[in-house]
Amino acid sequence: MSDAKPSIFDRLTGAVAAFRRLIGRGEPTAPDREAGSEAGSEAGPEAGPQAQRPKAKRAQRKAAPPPVQTPPPTATEPQSALQLLSLLQQNGRLIDFLKEDITAYSDQEVGAAARLVHQGCRQTLEEYLAIRPVREEPEGVRVTLRAGFDAAQVRLTGHVVGEAPFTGTLIHRGWRATAVRLPQVASGHDLKVLTAAEVEL
Amino acid sequence: MGTKRFAVGIDLGTTHCALSFVDLEQSEGEEIVQGLVEIPQLTGPGAVEERSMLPSFLYLPHPEEIKPGDLRLPWDSDSGRIVGELARTLGANTPIRLVSSAKSWLCHPDVDRRAPILPVGVPEEVPQVSPLEASTAYLRHLRDAWNGLHPFADLADQEVTVTVPASFDPAARELTAEAARAVGIENLLLLEEPQAALYNWVNDSRGTWRKQVKVGDIILVVDVGGGTTDLSLIAVTEREGALELTRVAVGEHILLGGDNMDLALAHVVKGKLGQIGVELDRWQIQALTHGCRHAKERILTEPDLETVPVVVPSRGAKLVGGSVRTELTRAEVEGTLIQGFFPEVPASARPAGRARTALTKLGLPFAQDPAVTRHLAAFLGRQATATEALEGFVPQGEGRTFLHPTAVLFNGGVFKATVLRDRVMHIIEQWLAAEGGAGARLLGAPDLDLSVARGAAYYGYVRQVGGVRIRGGTAQSYYVGIESSMPAVPGLEPPLQALCLAPFGMEEGSDPEIAPQEFGLVVGEPVRFRFFGSSVRREDRVGTLLDEWSPEELEELEELQAELPAGSHQPGDIVPVRLQAAVTEVGTLELTAIPRKGKKRWKVEFNVRGHDDA
Repeated sequence: MSDAKPSIFDRLTGAVAAFRRLIGRGEPTAPDREAGSEAGSEAGPEAGPQAQRPKAKRAQRKAAPPPVQTPPPTATEPQSALQLLSLLQQNGRLIDFLKEDITAYSDQEVGAAARLVHQGCRQTLEEYLAIRPVREEPEGVRVTLRAGFDAAQVRLTGHVVGEAPFTGTLIHRGWRATAVRLPQVASGHDLKVLTAAEVEL
Repeated sequence: MGTKRFAVGIDLGTTHCALSFVDLEQSEGEEIVQGLVEIPQLTGPGAVEERSMLPSFLYLPHPEEIKPGDLRLPWDSDSGRIVGELARTLGANTPIRLVSSAKSWLCHPDVDRRAPILPVGVPEEVPQVSPLEASTAYLRHLRDAWNGLHPFADLADQEVTVTVPASFDPAARELTAEAARAVGIENLLLLEEPQAALYNWVNDSRGTWRKQVKVGDIILVVDVGGGTTDLSLIAVTEREGALELTRVAVGEHILLGGDNMDLALAHVVKGKLGQIGVELDRWQIQALTHGCRHAKERILTEPDLETVPVVVPSRGAKLVGGSVRTELTRAEVEGTLIQGFFPEVPASARPAGRARTALTKLGLPFAQDPAVTRHLAAFLGRQATATEALEGFVPQGEGRTFLHPTAVLFNGGVFKATVLRDRVMHIIEQWLAAEGGAGARLLGAPDLDLSVARGAAYYGYVRQVGGVRIRGGTAQSYYVGIESSMPAVPGLEPPLQALCLAPFGMEEGSDPEIAPQEFGLVVGEPVRFRFFGSSVRREDRVGTLLDEWSPEELEELEELQAELPAGSHQPGDIVPVRLQAAVTEVGTLELTAIPRKGKKRWKVEFNVRGHDDA
């Protein structure tokens, strides 16, 4: 519904908007659609919904053989990072935890606080992001990567030689955000204040 | 100007509100298209999020407290009033600016519900609002959320159902209707919450409910929300060969709910910490309550878990150094909740103490006995004969001391815990078994938080297109007090008679009857009457005059007030009038004064100014 009323939050920062466009608000397929169209929509026959994402990326890569004119790296706008950090602090006290010198405390004391941070931050991630493993297989199994796999999603390590298909052990399943649902921000709200100081009267 | 496209259901809860709708154009028969409105609300300064529920809290910020720009909503709003999640968060640390449980104040007979009294007992400069204004503020927020989503289907034009507790008296219902009208809701219906829960069950069954119940069934609805416990009995009856539902009884207004349970656990843990010398301040108790709620939910859903750690965070930035770690054990949760709130009691048990003790101190009349099961036993005991007049029901024989329900529908967030549902079912089974009754069935209900809003929207749909209706009419019979004229005797109150104005179960739109007794009203002066309700006297008809009754039978409600404006009469004249009661289409009780001569009618108002100010 926020999309239906852009006029109210029209001064929403460009970065947040761009971030949402990239990730897709609540629509896991949005980035692929975008990527597909940029690549000339050379999608090809699809096996199933699970395979859809990597294959679409492959199509994109085929259509754009190197060397392409990639724009130089740019700095990302910090707004949504600040917003997420603020939420992690607010719900899970993450900044308090990381900023505290914990050397003098016992493991039990650190553990007690860690539970609080874990519970709050976990809840925050569940609420504001949809996070799925990149690979659904359990870690430790042998997997085969066909030619044209997305190197952004799967990183090859170890004895990296030869040509695709590559077969190896899944060491880490990876994580990807399939949706980001950060709160709307009032224009003029200072996101750099991650958590306000509190003065009790 | 717009069209009536949606049936909208509003659950105006004590602790949460929710908004659901049925698309009238796309729904047909039992195939309905229903949705839930995600309600935009402030969740932090400058942050707006959509949540399926709107916490029923109103915060009145200090002008310097939050930048006005950080309080912007997607619609034009008053920056002096914060509603929803942020109100609750801010109020946890600054309770003097927080209005909560406005709904319970709305039916508090001892306060003026139009006067700015909330928050209670605050420093002079803190603004206050009336219970009516607070309820209006929640409805206004819901209206704006709806209108933002549906720019071409203004809420004013839709069929809107607002739910009220079954235990709400006529004046509280009238005030709820007034709040709805104040935000421009034109096509309004009021619906009792336990009925809404049952409508939702009917809707969810997609027609199969007719196979799940039969004539003679008595459905007990147990609705334990965040702040209140609401009980109703609905009988399955038959009319012209079709199954029908008839609400036969509602319980008293019991201020007892899930929040009490979380608080009780927090106090258990606080006591435990106190023994080792750790004192907690108010903020920490709030945080502890929050932690206990999480721990409770885990213990109640994971049967193998014996203890759950609870950490009370430090208020300052030193989290590791300042936090207090403790734990909540299964024994504590079960001991506190199951023994404290759902103890195994016989059907003859009754709650200790009556709720009405608040006359001396301004506060809500919280239930004195926390045992839901004792309140339930009292309700079923009081209603032992509730189905006597219905056809096809087992006569309540000698051995029956309470009304035997044959099916149970749970509602309210508390019953998300299977353990608690099982516990109540087990206790009811025991009561039934003790009197040789058959067992009671559990009616499955998904989504215990949102079913009232969903059921309300479905009710609006049924009212539009037809379908099963829960009949029942007024949940009480109503009486006006008449002081007998007899010589004054020192030390003796003049005897009071009670004249029945509305019988039990009077339905909306039924032909009103006029009690034959006449009253003299002084023109130009407000005249007050004492007003009573009874949830057990089903046989009284309009005009029945009671000379005596037991305190159990009649409950005194707010006064009635009639004022005949000077017009055709001289001020000071005494005009004989008769009183007539009717139930409006909205679902409120309307009392009218009718003079012997002439065609004029005057509305008799409920005096919601409280008992004390004369």
